[in-house]
Amino acid sequence: MPDFCGIELKHPVINASGTFDAIAARRVYGDALLVDFPFAAFVSKTITPEPRVGNEPQRIWETSAGMINSIGLPNKGLEGFLAEDLPRLAELPVPLVVSVMATGHDEFARLVRGAGERDEVAAIELNVSCPNVHSGLIVGEQPAETESLLEVLRPLTEKPLIVKLTPNVANPADVAVAAEEGGADAVSLINTLKASAIDPASGEPGIAAGHGGLSGPAVRPVAIAQLRAVAAAVSVPIVGMGGISSGADAVEMLSAGASLVAVGTENFRDPRAGARVAGEIARALRVGRGGAPIGNPA
Amino acid sequence: MTAPFGRRLCKVSESRATGGYRLFSLVDTEGPEPLPGQFYMLASERHWEQSGQRPYLPRALSVAETGPAADGVRLDFLIEGIGPGTDRLCELEEGEDVWVNGPLGNSFAVPRELTPGAAGAILVGGGIGIAPLALLRRSFAAKNIPTRVLLGFRDAAHSGGLDDLFACCEIKLASDDGHAGHHGYVTDLLAAMLEGDDAASAAVYSCGPPQMLETVGAMCTEAGVACELAMESPMACGYGACFGCAVPRPGGGYLRLCVDGPVVRPDQVELAHA
Repeated sequence: MPDFCGIELKHPVINASGTFDAIAARRVYGDALLVDFPFAAFVSKTITPEPRVGNEPQRIWETSAGMINSIGLPNKGLEGFLAEDLPRLAELPVPLVVSVMATGHDEFARLVRGAGERDEVAAIELNVSCPNVHSGLIVGEQPAETESLLEVLRPLTEKPLIVKLTPNVANPADVAVAAEEGGADAVSLINTLKASAIDPASGEPGIAAGHGGLSGPAVRPVAIAQLRAVAAAVSVPIVGMGGISSGADAVEMLSAGASLVAVGTENFRDPRAGARVAGEIARALRVGRGGAPIGNPA
Repeated sequence: MTAPFGRRLCKVSESRATGGYRLFSLVDTEGPEPLPGQFYMLASERHWEQSGQRPYLPRALSVAETGPAADGVRLDFLIEGIGPGTDRLCELEEGEDVWVNGPLGNSFAVPRELTPGAAGAILVGGGIGIAPLALLRRSFAAKNIPTRVLLGFRDAAHSGGLDDLFACCEIKLASDDGHAGHHGYVTDLLAAMLEGDDAASAAVYSCGPPQMLETVGAMCTEAGVACELAMESPMACGYGACFGCAVPRPGGGYLRLCVDGPVVRPDQVELAHA
């Protein structure tokens, strides 16, 4: 039974924010979703202070061993989320983590207060990959910006605050250290890697926004390197993610320093991927890491 | 009836060429019988993602026909190879395993007006988009709803499925190159039909390329005829998770085609962007 920031979990696999809509999935699959819920905790899609419709299509583009997305955080806004979605997410059989994003301290504070005061919410993940309207900088790319944001938000709630780190910086460990010093209870990484692809039919970017974020197995070695760097620099627990599609991938991420792992893009291919990965981890750990050495390349 | 939660392996029971397309059948031992217009996310068990190359994501395919199988439901899919995923599905051989998630999405509705004198249903299909209309036609036939079928193709190489999916019934054909039926668009045939006296009591059901759906939607709106369109949009998951399949709504915002569609009314979507 993993304990994550005081939250008891049935296994070490959760979902990456924005890769599983439990409300839509329940419409599609019915209550079977609740009986066999694939994740040990559920992380919501990112909520912003006001509603957002998301980006103009085309939003996704398949790549080798992955995909690029530019979805644009469509969501109902804080009020809509609390009124309509939270009661339904509270019916899930696992703890709920609410992901939030804003463009300034005051707006972030509104989100953390709004979500933090609800009993249904076990923890809050801060998606800090957005531009700060005060400084014009992307909060999660700047250690000082990240620390000052955490100093504002930390006193507002007793619930665990998880800082979702961007991989699009030279030294993610510096940002992780700043988050820890600002009072974060945990960090999660990696978010998607900035990426683009050209549509051969048009000669133009395949994603309408011009670029998006790369995810899937292609990013896993990058995630492992960043995870190792962050794990060496902080003492708070880490949620490791980036291209996990099997128990072996998850064990690699746990070995690199993660306390929990999150499955993201693999959910699109396999709606029960979380439960499958959790089962594969349990088997792998029972068998142990001994046995005949397997080289690479093999 | 909801889909079984998760993906499952289904065996290919048959795969063959039909004109310029392929038709393959899977035996689903777990899922319910799909409704006309519903779709499945499909990926072959072998040679899909493992080499690190595309295809990586499953592909969304509307079910074209269905029937009883020895130990489940037979699902027929009509497919044209236009990229790495559809090419791989074209190569499927009997006995292979395919990952299946579904049935997903909504379905076509029966016509609102079913009086004995009503014009009934008009099915308008273009290219590979004829697929879901085959199952729809059969479901209407079972309900004794008079149904006329208009199908259009670009050219002989980009056509198929007629003998396998529409052999039983009278259809009117159109082709851009004139190789079969009316030399022109299938929407020309629809225009003539909508000029009939009984058009107001008709209901149009359409699936095909975006430009065709836009024309069908506009013609039906103009004529005040009930209309449903089965649309397509790039989709990673098929069950509401990825938010990739956004289709603009009139007045702003987007539908998720996988859970709000794939069947929509013309007034639900901004067809100029489709």
